[in-house]
Amino acid sequence: MAEPLLSVRDLKVVFHLRRGDFTAVNGISFDIMPGEVLGVVGESGAGKSITGTAIMGLVDRPGEVTVSNISLKGERIDGLDEEGYRKIRGKRIGMVMQDPLTSLNPLYTVGEQLVETIQRHLPLNQAQARERAIKLLAEAGIPKPEERIDAYPHQFSGGMRQRVVISLALAAEPDLVIADEPTSALDVSVQAQIIKVLKELCASRGVGVMLITHDMGVIAEAADRMIVMNKGEIVETGSVGDIINRPKEPYTIKLIEAIPSIKSQNPRYAAAAAKGQVAAANEDDAPLVTVENLFCEFDLSPSVLSRLFGGNRKIIKAVNDVSFTIRRGSTYGLVGESGSGKSTCARMMVGLQPPTAGSVKLEGVDIWNDRGAATKRRRSIQMIFQDPYASLNPRWRVGDIIAEPIRALKLSSSNAEVADRVADLLTKVRLDPGVMHKYPHEFSGGQRQRIAIARALSSQPEFIICDEPTSALDVSVQAQVLELMTALQEEFGLTYLLISHNLAVVRQMADAVGVLHNGVLVESGPVEEIFGNPQADYTRMLLDAVPDISKVA
Amino acid sequence: MLAFIIRRLGQSALVMLAVALISFLMFRYVGDPVASLVSQEATMADQALLRERLGLNDPFYVQFFRFIGNALQGQFGISYRLQQPVAELIMSRLPATIELAFVSATLALTVGLVLGVFTALRPKNWSTGVIMTASLVGVSLPTFLIGIGLIYVFAVELKWLPSFGRGQVVDLGWWRTGFLTESGLRSIILPAITLSLFQMTLIMRLVRAEMLEVLRQDYIKFARARGLSKRAINFGHALKNTLVPVITITGLQLGSVIAFAIITETVFQWPGVGSLFVNSVAVVDVPVMAAYLMFVAFIFVVINLIVDILYFIVDPRLRVAGGR
Repeated sequence: MAEPLLSVRDLKVVFHLRRGDFTAVNGISFDIMPGEVLGVVGESGAGKSITGTAIMGLVDRPGEVTVSNISLKGERIDGLDEEGYRKIRGKRIGMVMQDPLTSLNPLYTVGEQLVETIQRHLPLNQAQARERAIKLLAEAGIPKPEERIDAYPHQFSGGMRQRVVISLALAAEPDLVIADEPTSALDVSVQAQIIKVLKELCASRGVGVMLITHDMGVIAEAADRMIVMNKGEIVETGSVGDIINRPKEPYTIKLIEAIPSIKSQNPRYAAAAAKGQVAAANEDDAPLVTVENLFCEFDLSPSVLSRLFGGNRKIIKAVNDVSFTIRRGSTYGLVGESGSGKSTCARMMVGLQPPTAGSVKLEGVDIWNDRGAATKRRRSIQMIFQDPYASLNPRWRVGDIIAEPIRALKLSSSNAEVADRVADLLTKVRLDPGVMHKYPHEFSGGQRQRIAIARALSSQPEFIICDEPTSALDVSVQAQVLELMTALQEEFGLTYLLISHNLAVVRQMADAVGVLHNGVLVESGPVEEIFGNPQADYTRMLLDAVPDISKVA
Repeated sequence: MLAFIIRRLGQSALVMLAVALISFLMFRYVGDPVASLVSQEATMADQALLRERLGLNDPFYVQFFRFIGNALQGQFGISYRLQQPVAELIMSRLPATIELAFVSATLALTVGLVLGVFTALRPKNWSTGVIMTASLVGVSLPTFLIGIGLIYVFAVELKWLPSFGRGQVVDLGWWRTGFLTESGLRSIILPAITLSLFQMTLIMRLVRAEMLEVLRQDYIKFARARGLSKRAINFGHALKNTLVPVITITGLQLGSVIAFAIITETVFQWPGVGSLFVNSVAVVDVPVMAAYLMFVAFIFVVINLIVDILYFIVDPRLRVAGGR
C-alpha cells in the first residue's frame, strides 16, 4: 500500500476555558492518500473544523494542540514554530474557507492577493506571477480572467469569489487542500459547480482533499472516503458508499435518517396516495391566502435627479407578477436561489414591504389597502426568521419576547393571564415553562427557534410565514423543528408559507410549491407534481443540482 | 469620482451658507453694532446717520447678501477692540496656530498609530498594559492641567524649555514661521505635546480596537492559511482595513486641534487665533467672533471633504457606490 499523503495520529485539541478545559478533538487518527478526497462530516461542535485548523497549525488561544503526530508525505509537520508553519501553509497545504464573502480582503484586487501569495511561495517575478494568477483564475472557471484579475472582491458574486478562493488555495501547487464547508454559504446550483471545480482541479493535480462539511449530500457527491465525527471523536470511517448505504454506528444511522432526501416523497401525499385520495384535495375550499399579480420594484437609480427625469433609470423588479393561493391548513413552499425574490414576497405578505402593485388577500381582505386590514394582518400573520441567534433580542427575557405580541396587540389584560399564556405556549413548543425567566443566549439554536415559534404563535395567528426556518440548524435539530411545525399545524390548523432553498425540506413539508426565478414564478402546483414531473427548465436544473446521498451507488 | 467631489463641494457650500447665516445673525443682532462703534458723546442724529451709512436700515436679506459678499472677499469688518480689519488680524495670528496644530497632529498621528498597532499585536505583553494605563491619563486629564504640569517640570524646575510664547520668528513675507530658529523650535515642543496628548491617546485606543477587530476577520485567517509573512498580514492586510474608521475620527479630531487650541494657546500664551478669540469674547468683539466662527466652520468643511476623498482612495467598495 502506498504511503499516505497526510497521516494524523492521536490528534487532541484542548480549549482552556475559564470554567475548565474543554476537549474539542479527542485523540483522532486518520490518513489521506494522494489524490483522495476525504469527507469529514458531523454536526456543529463535532470538532471537524478544529481538526482542519490544527493540521495547519492555526489553532488560536485559548485552544491548544496537546498531543499529536501529524505527518505530510512522511515528514512531521506538527509542533513547528511559526516560521516553519508558514513554509507549509499555502505552499504544501492550501485552505478553502466557508464564507467567500469574508475570506477575501475587500481592499485589494483579487490579482494583488493572488500575486502576493504566489510570490511568497514561488520564485517568480511580478509579471510571471500575474501570468500564473490569470491561468489559475481561468482554470477555476472565471470568465475573462485577464480583465477580472484587476477587480475587487465585491465585484464578484458569491460563487465567483469562492472560485477565487480556490485558486488562491491552489496558487503554490500544494499537496493537500483543506476545504472547510466550501459550499455551505452558496446556492444549490452554484454549490454543484464549486464542488465540480474543486474536485476536477484537485484530481488533475493529484492533490489530496480534506472536505469538511455538515452536508452529507456534498460528501456523497464529492468524496471517496469519509469519516463521521461526533463530540471530538471519530465515530465511523469507511468508503462513502458503505457508510451511507450500510451505516454501522447508531450515531451515523441517526444522522443519515435525519437528512430529508430530495428523492423521498411527501409523507402526507404518500399516505393519501395509499388511501387513493390524491384528487380529493378540497379544490372548492376558498383559499386562506390569495396573492394576485404581486409586483415589487426597487429603484436603484443613481441619483434623485435621474429618478425625477427618468434618464439613466435603473429599476430592479424583485418580484414580477407573482400569483398563487394557499389553502387553509396547508403548507405552501416557495423555492428559488438567493436573489430570486422569495424573501421580498414574504416581506410583502407579512406587511414589512409595500408592494408596487398587486394584492395580498387574507380571507378576502386586502392586507395593504382595506380598512382595518393592518390590525387583522398583525394579529393573523406572523413570521419565523432564519437566524434564531439574530431574531431574538438578547437583552430580553424569553417570557417577555413571547409575550410581546400579546401585549402589543392587547390580547390580554392582566399580567397573570399573559404569564399563563406564555407558559402554555412554551409547553406547546416542547420547552419547560420555567425557562421564561432566562435570556436567549442560554439556549441552543434549536431551542431558540422553538422560542421564535412560540412568539409567532402567541397572537394566535392563522398564517405563519417561515423564512428559511431551519437553514441555520444542524440536520438532527432541523428534523426536530420540522416535526414540531407539522405537529403544531395539525393541532391549530395553521397555514404555512415555507421559504427554503433546501428542496428536500420543502418536498417533505409542503402540500403545494412555487418556484421563483428572478422574481418570476416559473412554476406552481401540488408538490409531488412539481418534484415528480417538473415542467420548467429552471426547476429541473435546481432539482438536478441538489447534492443528495441517494446518488451514491 | 469627479461627480462625487462636485456633489460634496455643493454640500459644503450649503453648510458654509448656514454657518454664515448664524454668524451674520450674531454680528447683526447681538448687541447694537452702532452703540459699539460710536463714542459716548455721539448724538441720536449721529447714530442714525451712521446706521444709514452702514446700511443697517436695509432689509434683512440685503444685509445678509452684503455680508456674504464681503465674507467672500475676506472682509469681516473691523475689530471693535483693536481697531484693525478682522481678516488682517486673523491672518497675522494664523501661522502660529497652523504650525502648532501641524506639529501636534503629526505627533498624535505617528505616535498614536505606532502605539495602537503595537498594543493590538501584542495584547498580552506587559508593555501593552503600561501603555494602556498611561493612555487613560491622556484621555482623562484636562489639557490645562497637563500644560501647567509640563511647564512646571520642564520650564520651571529643569529650565530646559521656554514656558510661553513662540520664541523668535522669521518673517517670510506672507508667513511668520517659528520653525527656522532654535528658540522657535524649542518653544513649540511643550504646547505641541500638550495639545496632542488627548488626540494621541484617542487615536491609539481607536487603532487598537479596530485592529483587534480586523485581526479576527476571516480574511486575516485566510491570509495566514496562505502562509503570508507576518509583516504582510499585519501591515498590508490588517492595517489598511483599520484605516477607514480611523480616518473619520482623526479628521474630525484634527479639525478640533486647529479650532479649539484655545486652552493650550492660553496656557502657553501662544499668539494664535485661539487666544485672539478668547480675548475677543472677553470684550464682546463681535466681528472677530463672527469671523472666527466662519473660519472654524471652513476648517471642518475642508477636512471633511479631504476625509471623504481619502475614503474613496482607501476603500474600493465606496468607489462603485458613490462614483456612478
